[in-house]
Amino acid sequence: MRQDGFRSPNVAVVPPPPRRRRPRRRRLAVLALVVALLALAGIVGWSPDDAEPAPIATRDVQIDVVDGPAKDQRVQIDATFYLPERVPAPAVLIAHGFGGSKDSVADDARELARRGFVALAYSARGFGRSTGQIALNSPDYEVADAQQLLDWLARQPEVTTDGPGDPRVGVTGASYGGALALLLAGTDRRVDAIAPVMTYNDLVQALVPNAGTNGQVTARTPAAGAFAADGVFKRGWAGVFFSAGLAGGGGTVPRHEAPEPGQRTPDDSNTGGTGVPQGGSGDGQDGGDRPAAPSALPSTSGPATCGRFRPEVCQAYVEVATTGRASPAAVELLRRSSPATVTDRIHAPTLLVQGEQDTLFGLDQADATARQIAAAGGTVKVVWYTGGHDGGAPGPALRGQIGDWFGAYLGRQDGDEPGNGFEYAVQGALRTRGPSVRTVVSPAYPGLEESSDTERRSLRLSGPAQVVLSPPGGNPAAISSLPGLSAVPGGAGLTGGLALDPPGQAATFTSDTLESQLLVTGAPQVRLRVSAVPGQPHHGEAVLFVKLYDVGPDGRRTLPGGGVAPVRVTGLPADGTPVEVTVTLPGIVRPVESGHRLQLVATTTDEGYANPVEPAVHRVELADDAVSVPLVPGRRASGGGLPAGPVFGIATVVVVVALVSLGAAVRRRYSDDVDKDLADVPLVISELTKSYPGGLTAVDELSFRVERGQVLGLLGPNGAGKTTTLRMLMGLVRPTSGEIRVFGRRVSPGAPVLSRIGSFVERSGFLPHLTGADNLRLYWAATGRPAEQARVDEALEIAGLGKAVRRKVGTYSQGMRQRLAIAQAMLGLPDLLVLDEPTNGLDPPQIHHMREVLRRYAATGRTVLVSSHLLAEVEQTCTHVVVMHHGRLVAAGAVGDLVGGDEATFRVDDAERAAGALRELAGVGEVTVDGEVVHANLAGLSRSAAVAALVGAGVAVEQAGPRRRLEDTFLQLVGEEAVE
Amino acid sequence: MSEAGTAYTLPELPGPVAEPPNPDGSATGYRARHTLRLRVELARQLRRRRTQLTLGFLALLPFLLLLAFELGSDERNRRSGGLVDLATASGTNFVSFALFASANFLLVVVVALFFGDTVASEASWSSLKYLLAVPVPRHRLLRQKAVVSGLLSLLGLVLLPLVALGVGVAWYGLGELVTPAGEAMSLGAGVGRLALAVGYLALHLTWVAGLALLLSVSTDAPLGAVGGAVLASILSQILDSITALGDLRQYLPTHYTLAWADLLTTDVDWGDMTRGVFSALAYAAVFGLLAFRRFATKDITS
Repeated sequence: MRQDGFRSPNVAVVPPPPRRRRPRRRRLAVLALVVALLALAGIVGWSPDDAEPAPIATRDVQIDVVDGPAKDQRVQIDATFYLPERVPAPAVLIAHGFGGSKDSVADDARELARRGFVALAYSARGFGRSTGQIALNSPDYEVADAQQLLDWLARQPEVTTDGPGDPRVGVTGASYGGALALLLAGTDRRVDAIAPVMTYNDLVQALVPNAGTNGQVTARTPAAGAFAADGVFKRGWAGVFFSAGLAGGGGTVPRHEAPEPGQRTPDDSNTGGTGVPQGGSGDGQDGGDRPAAPSALPSTSGPATCGRFRPEVCQAYVEVATTGRASPAAVELLRRSSPATVTDRIHAPTLLVQGEQDTLFGLDQADATARQIAAAGGTVKVVWYTGGHDGGAPGPALRGQIGDWFGAYLGRQDGDEPGNGFEYAVQGALRTRGPSVRTVVSPAYPGLEESSDTERRSLRLSGPAQVVLSPPGGNPAAISSLPGLSAVPGGAGLTGGLALDPPGQAATFTSDTLESQLLVTGAPQVRLRVSAVPGQPHHGEAVLFVKLYDVGPDGRRTLPGGGVAPVRVTGLPADGTPVEVTVTLPGIVRPVESGHRLQLVATTTDEGYANPVEPAVHRVELADDAVSVPLVPGRRASGGGLPAGPVFGIATVVVVVALVSLGAAVRRRYSDDVDKDLADVPLVISELTKSYPGGLTAVDELSFRVERGQVLGLLGPNGAGKTTTLRMLMGLVRPTSGEIRVFGRRVSPGAPVLSRIGSFVERSGFLPHLTGADNLRLYWAATGRPAEQARVDEALEIAGLGKAVRRKVGTYSQGMRQRLAIAQAMLGLPDLLVLDEPTNGLDPPQIHHMREVLRRYAATGRTVLVSSHLLAEVEQTCTHVVVMHHGRLVAAGAVGDLVGGDEATFRVDDAERAAGALRELAGVGEVTVDGEVVHANLAGLSRSAAVAALVGAGVAVEQAGPRRRLEDTFLQLVGEEAVE
Repeated sequence: MSEAGTAYTLPELPGPVAEPPNPDGSATGYRARHTLRLRVELARQLRRRRTQLTLGFLALLPFLLLLAFELGSDERNRRSGGLVDLATASGTNFVSFALFASANFLLVVVVALFFGDTVASEASWSSLKYLLAVPVPRHRLLRQKAVVSGLLSLLGLVLLPLVALGVGVAWYGLGELVTPAGEAMSLGAGVGRLALAVGYLALHLTWVAGLALLLSVSTDAPLGAVGGAVLASILSQILDSITALGDLRQYLPTHYTLAWADLLTTDVDWGDMTRGVFSALAYAAVFGLLAFRRFATKDITS
């Protein structure tokens, strides 16, 4: 057969090259992936160590102590000893809050033990399962007990000692326990460091405060209180306190935690709050889960209303609670229990933690303690956090800070001692997800040193003198906060919005609108002038509750911290002569936004206090027309700069990406593959195979060659593998084996030689939102080649789209897209033009035109490769043809060789007679009959002579032409296909 | 086809150049590094309705927000609320709210759209194969498309806060930027911080870009690529909201989405933002390298 001859031996069939590139590329990619994943795993480096905490060994102990003024009262203290992994270690004594027991501080003890301290949590006398009665941190009782606990600690082999009988020990505790820490440190020099939390300095000023003084407030600290004598009984809180000592349950220290910086979701906070018992672990806490056993009727006699209080304490409370005034005896009793009596003897470094949401023990209490310790030369650091008795217990970060304090001063950690300093938390007024808190750090608590002074800004207030009346019975009363609401998380937030002033009882003075934000840090001060109103009832003294509201532009008032300053002004002349009084307002940390105003309100009643029951009328006016607001500038506690792990990770990622890109670029550079012998041959396909996973072989060992000037038709029924072959030619699909060379260059994806091919394969690809002309222009622009090479005009002329080129391609018909696609393929007049079924969708004149175009194109010495499933199309357009079926080459050769030659076909009315007539002609070879058709090898005789002979023989000739052997073959193939 | 007419003229075609002058065997004037230049690809993308609508919507959003605030409750400056109340405090606050409102979802969609659509849409129009037949080398095609998608995303990312700043300043004035932590910053400082926030968001969203690009080269359906990336983001956000997962959550690509809020303080804590950038870049690198590898070896059949 001829096609065998066409499978030309002169085509160098290149053996399939060794295919080692692919695995190497894969290895590289896998390596890159592994490195990248490792880098990602580097994120582990920043994750906090969340390993399961080591179990803490505990031991329940009963410690016998002897106390009392005469050292003759035996008391058994119930305690739990927490042991860290490594002993001996410094110890921390943990005292609980009022109404709590050793179990309410179990978590704190565990946390400290985990940090490497030996912790001793104990129930104070009168609480939990300790015996004895509550003496309110009396030096003779509670403090004496604690001293004997230090003795006990010194005897334990697990505790580091500084000398015989002197343990290395710190003391901490909240509220009642914090006061014990201060009292113990001021009494016993063996204490090495303390961290009292939200506690009092002077119990008199805490329970019977007077924030107004006729003199000057000399302290220069930010939250100094007036601490004047003869105050107003803080009825609400005192009652909560006292009842906690009656029943034993409850507790005055809040269990939920205060918000801290860095917390984003509110639900992150309330975990592991202090005082949540951790029972059931079998570590000897049996019974500890029960609320502390109330001994409603202690065996030591006394009235049941006194609960577990010592008689003198009970008596003092009953007296104050019923009269609303503290007698000198009661004042003396409370003062003896106050740290203020010993603060000048505290030499242990003190971390004073005070809450900004605390109407029981406000910032003024810690302020006084700090002043007294510093004046005596002690080391004191002050921390104001967002919690307090109204706001919540210290959160994990603050507890960590307390642990660090002990670590530094008890010798568990190397590094700098924290020393003096001041930190305060600012809770944002607005929140995104949960409370947003920042911590501001100042190098020192201002006003402690001679040289330092608290910066104060005077803010103008305006308002006329106002007459306020005290209602009989002190009712209705203004509401500022509700003690005990702190039991509810967020309760502190509630109290801020709760403020209510009954009409007629409040004098109001308002500031101008703030131009810029003002961060109030401490206790503002204001001077008021109070006088009796002649002719109206009065009793020579006035009780006022002064508070400072933050008023928003919409008039909404917020009472920051919920605190009020109770003021008792005595010695009011009946003639209306005013008495001037300096009022120290409750200490707050409050960012007052620009556009807001401050409002000073003086009311005659407050729900939390013992209000005067006698009706009275007073006049209140501003003495200075201004409120003095403390400011403590500082810098924000930073997050410690850039974390090293992620920075290293970022660098790793950048380096890995750079290396991989570099590697790929180098590999591409050396991928050129040239066969110089074929440099002038437009296309050589050798042994080309494409098989897909799953067994389908689209192209199977295909080899052919196209020479310059040819119009080659790639003929085959649908599914013969034509389009796949063309895709491989364009570098879109990788051959499974074999190769394609265009002008000697091996075709691979992106091979530069592809720029000499113009192609249209399967479907046109245009941007539907652009016009035809724009599509061509942008396509050529994408090639980056000079615009003058494009020959857009010629291409458009060939496409024959006329004005339609200025329409969006999205509106084109199939035929128009087809012609535009052919024009696009011809852009730049490529040396090899590849067209896949170019006449699909064209009408006959256009098909005719296209044939002419392709012929002319090849005539210039360029090459055209056309695929088609129509034999007639190939016959009329192409000079050469390759027939494919099932991916294999079936036939190949010049069209003339395959379709023409000497053989002729005649369609006649009488085939037998025609055959006879033809056989009689001289030189005619084989003659066959096929129905109405007769085939004959004319062997040089012209078809016209043969027709003349047939007509002469009386045969009617319908049709005469060359015999279409190719068609026979092809129809056979297509027929097969149809059957399938 | 009436406009096509039937009278064809055939132009005279010049003969071919005798020998290709380029040593790599390419046609005259062809240089791989000149193919699909950025401005060409930019022109291709900018003329798309999709691009115009997306950018237009981002520019329109601040006006919609403004309208919502003006039509809504007039209880401005409520202290207990969230960033919504903060939004009307000043022009810069309005910008921070606009960023906050769009960072979680809208910007993710925008980035996913630009990156996810870029190759997949070419595949769906069949124009991809003609670009590759130019030939635009595959790595170059993906790189140029990624760069242009990045530029468009960045444009959108800058457009939104810029328009919001204009609208905010016009309506709510040149006041201080009040931060969620209760601090106030001057207009200049506030604008600087917001610019840094946009920078962080741009880096943080690279993981979406990488994933969308990977999906874009893996499918011929643009919607699938865009939707897949957005879906992954939503899934990650859902998982991130499960607090029980604890520290595992920080491996989620969206875990640090809001870390830019740390910029809204006077002393910035860079910790979470650094982690966020690392997390995003690590994901982007893995997805991006996979995308390039996949695209370099893939058979283009569309």
